[in-house]
Amino acid sequence: MKLNENILMAAKNLQNNKVRSCLTMLGIIIGVTAVIVMTSIGEGAKQQITQNITAMGSNLLIVFPGRGAQRGGSFGGGAPLKNEVIPILQASSTLVAVIAPESRTRVTLKAGSNSYQTSVLGVTPEYLGVRNYQVASGNVFTEDDLKGRRRVVILGAYVAEMLFPGTNPVGQEIKIGRLRSTVVGVLQTKGQSGYGNNDDVVMMPLTTVQQRLSGKDKLSTIYIQVKSAAEMDAANEEIYNALLKYFEDDETKFNMRNQAEILSSVQQTTATFTLLLGGIAAVSLLVGGIGIMNIMLVAVTERIKEIGIRKALGAQKEEILGLFLIEAVMLSLTGGLVGIGLGWLGSTLISSFSGLSTVISLNAVVVSFVFAVLTGLFFGVYPAYKAAGLRPIDALRHE
Amino acid sequence: MLEFNNLMKLYQMGDNEVRALDGISLTIETGEMAAIMGPSGSGKSTLMNILGCLDTPTSGSYQIFGRETANFNEREQAIIRNQEIGFVFQSFNLLPKLTALQNVELPLIYAGVTAKERLELAQNALIRLGLENRMHHKPKELSGGQQQRVAIARALVNNPRIILADEPTGNLDSHSSVEIMTVLQELNVQGKTVVLVTHENDIASFTKRVIRFLDGKIQSDQYITQLRPNLRVAGVNIS
Repeated sequence: MKLNENILMAAKNLQNNKVRSCLTMLGIIIGVTAVIVMTSIGEGAKQQITQNITAMGSNLLIVFPGRGAQRGGSFGGGAPLKNEVIPILQASSTLVAVIAPESRTRVTLKAGSNSYQTSVLGVTPEYLGVRNYQVASGNVFTEDDLKGRRRVVILGAYVAEMLFPGTNPVGQEIKIGRLRSTVVGVLQTKGQSGYGNNDDVVMMPLTTVQQRLSGKDKLSTIYIQVKSAAEMDAANEEIYNALLKYFEDDETKFNMRNQAEILSSVQQTTATFTLLLGGIAAVSLLVGGIGIMNIMLVAVTERIKEIGIRKALGAQKEEILGLFLIEAVMLSLTGGLVGIGLGWLGSTLISSFSGLSTVISLNAVVVSFVFAVLTGLFFGVYPAYKAAGLRPIDALRHE
Repeated sequence: MLEFNNLMKLYQMGDNEVRALDGISLTIETGEMAAIMGPSGSGKSTLMNILGCLDTPTSGSYQIFGRETANFNEREQAIIRNQEIGFVFQSFNLLPKLTALQNVELPLIYAGVTAKERLELAQNALIRLGLENRMHHKPKELSGGQQQRVAIARALVNNPRIILADEPTGNLDSHSSVEIMTVLQELNVQGKTVVLVTHENDIASFTKRVIRFLDGKIQSDQYITQLRPNLRVAGVNIS
């Protein structure tokens, strides 16, 4: 008998049991949908983070305070960097384009009756360009503001909304700690990134923060823009050597990262995350496969008489095996296809309603589909084999 | 010609060995119509199973038209069931989800006949049995007699040389019984070898030979000289 006869017969059988066929497929449908949606969320997060990081430029070097000498010290928990490092960095390499230091202090902001607690970043005007921040309204403070330790402030979109809901804060007065200041600019919204909310940010001149707010000349992070991405490695080494010399060969006192490194570590993390989500979803696919086996076993028991009749009429063992196997594969194949459709729909809905970006990867679609079909095949073999092995006289006698 | 020689079939029932067939030697000539009778447990069903290549004997020989089948494997058995034997069962054994036509097509599917040819052969078989208006009905939409006629059409469609009927009238009223027996008689007249199992003397009297079984052995083997008149039933035209 030809394969297409068997396919037709199997299709007819499935059609005759519509409700059961649909319920059996449900397991596979849910499995494939889950795999596709989960991995699309993971993949979306990965691409978003990658985009955010590369938007900052791949020619960025970042210097953090060291871990400190003692064991168990947390990242950045050692002695802070000080202002005196900046000229050393400046002189360390001809490849340095811009140095943008940042001094972070936690404060309470008050505007009218609204108050909000966050970190104030003491920065230089170049900092905004280096970190890829743009002003939506108002202006960036100037070199003069920096020199004059002026009490001017730039608010992130989120902070602006918290403190000045519905109004334009530019030109308005705000209390930063005990410091009466004026808002000069509001930043464009940047959204979430791997580092948290990019809009929850407040910037003031570095001098104002260090001398009027914290009273210390410590720096929390220094961003160094190198002239070109190609010279990254050379710059990295020159700066590292200069810092090592400054810290008297104690490499625990500072920490250097470059954008490429961060990117690869973040990508690794999100890939693991995607794999984890996909793995959990794959388990449901497996459960769906067991559902197929369960139903196929029931179908074999129910159809013993039919198997006997077919055998009496001359059906070969392989033809009975094929009939049941094709039914199982058809179930998983159809389930897989429906699952792909629903997975696509699901991830589209998620991205449009929750704002999470989702990216359906071809890999996830192909792998989950192939896995679904193989599951059907694998779990269909045992029931089909059981059916094919029935002795015709026993099967015919069965009522 | 169907030929049994010293056929044995043993079953193990707990500690007891049951001799379902105990050294049967029997010849049924080509073109014969024979009835096998006997009480339950006499071995007649076991013989029918071996006759239909649904089962193999423990020992002894069974030849179908000169071919020894006792050592056939599953594949060879399936082929001979498909090509040489047409089965008619007491409970009709039609597949309930398929139409009459699709049921009749089944043996042709397993014989590898093309779809076009299959349709034609199956239609012809149903027309031969007077079912031209019932082809697209499901079994449950047909009467018992009609269902058995579909089953006979299915048994005939591959043009086998042997028709095996296991209590073919067991589930039918007397009118339908006569109708079905007449059909089988007509087939015999056309040259088919017909073997049927029955426990009704009336039904056995449609045949030319009655073989009685008891305890796995042949008790009697009689040829009927006084043939029952062939009852032609309206609506059944075999030629």
